[in-house]
Amino acid sequence: MKELSDQELVARLQRGDKSACTVCIDRYGTAVYRLALRLLKNEADAEDVMQETFLNAFKAIGSFEGRSSLKTWLYRIAYNNAMMRLRQKDPTFISIDETWQQEDGVTAVPQQLFDWCCLPEPELTSEEARQKLATAVTSLPPALKGVFLLREFEGLSTQETADALEISTDLVKTRLYRARLHLRENLADYFAAAHPSGA
Amino acid sequence: MPDNANPTCQQLLADLSTYVDGEASTAVCAALEQHLAHCENCRVVVDTLRKTISLYQQLPQPDLPPGARDRLIARLEIEQI
Repeated sequence: MKELSDQELVARLQRGDKSACTVCIDRYGTAVYRLALRLLKNEADAEDVMQETFLNAFKAIGSFEGRSSLKTWLYRIAYNNAMMRLRQKDPTFISIDETWQQEDGVTAVPQQLFDWCCLPEPELTSEEARQKLATAVTSLPPALKGVFLLREFEGLSTQETADALEISTDLVKTRLYRARLHLRENLADYFAAAHPSGA
Repeated sequence: MPDNANPTCQQLLADLSTYVDGEASTAVCAALEQHLAHCENCRVVVDTLRKTISLYQQLPQPDLPPGARDRLIARLEIEQI
């Protein structure tokens, strides 16, 4: 059963095959949970979103027409559920997508030019540096984070990410660049502070 | 920072992400590489951006918490899905 293609899996789900639900959860459950956890920063909330994602998906599977892949569709549901939860938790959380939309024509500019590439590998991969980077990923604005997580951690293509988030491929590219630059700036600041006289 | 008044630096920044992914066109790659040979600031940005990508790709991936899969399957039963 686990060797089923996604197309066959969808067909079985649409026929009401309960064992197909388990296959789908085993195939995509971890990825959906991981996305939700990184968006929400809370394990209990992430598990709730994972549950809601599969429940919503299985209830709506009859209307799935295969215009995007099953994986992309699940990510879309998970992302929307996570965003809804963020809005419920914080009434001041307005659409960050709209906020960032205003800057779409602007290229962000790197500020920190400390050249830290030549630092010893143990320093680059120290626990503290990892923590700094992980925190910077967590602190990405949600609109950038959604693109970043799907492209960089979940391995979606630009087109798949655009489909999952229902945005244009150009916006995916812009947001990915901004997210990467944000992380680069964070690391550059961190390493520059550790080497005030240069690398 | 790269020279904001220099249109070549601005162009480079706009194409940076696709360039480091190897998805920029041949013409864009050639123009960028020519620029990088002479612009130290942009070279630093490109090198550190590549290194940043390499470092975050090494971050550990979180797993499902124990029991999460079973709790979801139990909920499907309850909701008769």
